[in-house]
Amino acid sequence: MSALDASASVTHTRRPSFGFWRRSYAMVVKEFIQLRRDRVSFAMIVMIPVMQLLLFGYAINTTPHNLPAAVLLQEDTDLGRSILKALQNTAYFRFVREVHTVEEFDNLLLSGKVLFGVEIPRGFERAVRRGDHPALLVAADATDPIAASSALSSLSVVVQTALQHDLFAGDPPSLPFEIRAHARYNPAASSRLNIVPGLVGTILTMTMLIFTALSVTREIERGTMESLLSMPIKPVEVMFGKIIPYVMVGFLQAAMILGIGIFLFGVPVFGSLWLLALLSTLFITANLAIGYTFSTLAQNQLQAMQLSIMFFLPSILLSGFMFPFLGMPVWAQYVGECLPLTHYLRIVRAIMLKGSTLQNLQYDALALVGLTLFAMTVAVTRFRRTLD
Amino acid sequence: MNGAPSNAIAIDVKGLTKTFGGREVVHDLSMQVKRGSIYGFLGPNGSGKTTTIRMLCGLLTPDSGEGTCLGYDIRRDAEKIKLKVGYMTQRFSLYQDLSVRENLEFVARLYGVPNARTAARDMIKRLGLSGREEQLAGELSGGWKQRLALGACTLPNPELLLLDEPTAGVDPKARRDFWNEIHALAADGLTVLVSTHYMDEAERCHEIAYIAYGHLLAHGTVEQVIAHSALTTFTVTGDDLQHLGEKLQGQPGVDMVAPFGTSLHVSGRDKAALEATIAPWRDRDGLKWQVSAPSLEDVFIELMNRSKDNFQ
Repeated sequence: MSALDASASVTHTRRPSFGFWRRSYAMVVKEFIQLRRDRVSFAMIVMIPVMQLLLFGYAINTTPHNLPAAVLLQEDTDLGRSILKALQNTAYFRFVREVHTVEEFDNLLLSGKVLFGVEIPRGFERAVRRGDHPALLVAADATDPIAASSALSSLSVVVQTALQHDLFAGDPPSLPFEIRAHARYNPAASSRLNIVPGLVGTILTMTMLIFTALSVTREIERGTMESLLSMPIKPVEVMFGKIIPYVMVGFLQAAMILGIGIFLFGVPVFGSLWLLALLSTLFITANLAIGYTFSTLAQNQLQAMQLSIMFFLPSILLSGFMFPFLGMPVWAQYVGECLPLTHYLRIVRAIMLKGSTLQNLQYDALALVGLTLFAMTVAVTRFRRTLD
Repeated sequence: MNGAPSNAIAIDVKGLTKTFGGREVVHDLSMQVKRGSIYGFLGPNGSGKTTTIRMLCGLLTPDSGEGTCLGYDIRRDAEKIKLKVGYMTQRFSLYQDLSVRENLEFVARLYGVPNARTAARDMIKRLGLSGREEQLAGELSGGWKQRLALGACTLPNPELLLLDEPTAGVDPKARRDFWNEIHALAADGLTVLVSTHYMDEAERCHEIAYIAYGHLLAHGTVEQVIAHSALTTFTVTGDDLQHLGEKLQGQPGVDMVAPFGTSLHVSGRDKAALEATIAPWRDRDGLKWQVSAPSLEDVFIELMNRSKDNFQ
């Protein structure tokens, strides 16, 4: 009886500190229950760190390998072949093309199909034999200075070592020719020239995704979806209605970032501004379409945000923004090809720094169109026309 | 069939069934609503009223059953139905962050009403919302929100209005104005299906249907529903009715005991059994017994109690 009295008096006096814990505890229990019911959020708690760790751990390699290279052979000699073999053996290069005119050579670099070009000039072998110390030209696409510089810096040493075992065994340790490296498009290897155009794409990805990712779930959460669905509007119309205003917003944002890049950071624009505007609009649309797709897949705004983050992380890590794209393992490159940012980074860097034309960039432009259409198709088919 | 219905029936559905997560919310529901009539849809919470309304306007697909709404097939022609039906949701579902005018213009444009601005302006005048057109919908009081919602669903000149508990949480004056408006609309030839909890509203309908636990239990005019119930009701006035009520509850023949202010309604379907049970009390001093017609509420509560036994 006395024990009962004691416990009764405790509840009646309601000491403030006890009340604090009781109420906090009630809140904690409620939050846990809600978290457990929200399966998607629960999955994200596991997925986001695991994905980030795996991406950072495996995909990222700041010393790139197997960078695609082209060779411009102006003579076909044993020495030339040996040099190429030596270059290939460094594992930095992977010769994917052999071209015969300077024009082809330049186009490959402009379109970004290769990052390096090695030119063996006419009469090279004879000049070496004569001791004329001719030049072997190595052109590098330095729009990504990290990828270019590590390959270039080790070039002469590696070639020299390789050739010593091969042709010039026993000769004095200096090369009988000169390797003339030419960092194209970004001769000062300024990382700013690489990062600022990249930021245009990264910032746009982040803002555009979130604009539309919340759009459908917001209607559902606020209850407006019920009356919207009872009105004669089609899923495609809802989608365009939600995307188009933000295309304009995104366009303004892109113009602002580019303006700051050009005037404050002195990033040049060698290519056509019109082309840049056109392809930027395409990229903005692609991101908005993807964000909208997330909105039709998610059940609430939190899930939509989490899906956006899940998409944004690999976009930053695997697109070539943070780390050289071609230095990533092949699987990561395949993932990267599915991200609009990858294609836009190539486009924006190529137009600004290399002056590339639409013809050079048609693959990436078409990829953006493809990704946009894919996202829109998923969104329209996934859009729930009823409340079932 | 070019979709121009010549008959006098606006809604004609048979055997509608809908299940959510293994629970049958609407069971084998059939109903007919005449054009130009006000059809009241009554029933307790969770009885399947909202689900039925949503199936009628294409927001939900019935698991089985079929029928037409304004002559269009409810399964195949949802898009056509949407053009001619105004649906007022139970919860305010216009855009809270748009103004009154912007909401109405949005609706007018979606339905392709010619000259959306003028149409919205006319509707604002008609709703008596002049002076509030630039106010955000979310800032309106309950009664005004309800008027705006009604305005939004009548703006495209629909042939059928589906109103899901339109007067919940609205004061009596606003409710009366609302019903006057509905009668005016029906007089213009509009068909109105309205769900409600209020008995006085049920009595304002041309026809009513009572639905509980997904089953349509009664339908017809108010008089028909009351007559059909075959319920005998005694109204008792006097002292200590609380005590009397407790005594009578559950006795043979007594299906329902409900206090109404200073009186007590005692009802039963089996008149003889009811009279036998109350016989000892009828001559008590201070109690006055009177046979009366059951009210609609008596009928509904009795229907609900009975259906609870059958379906729950």
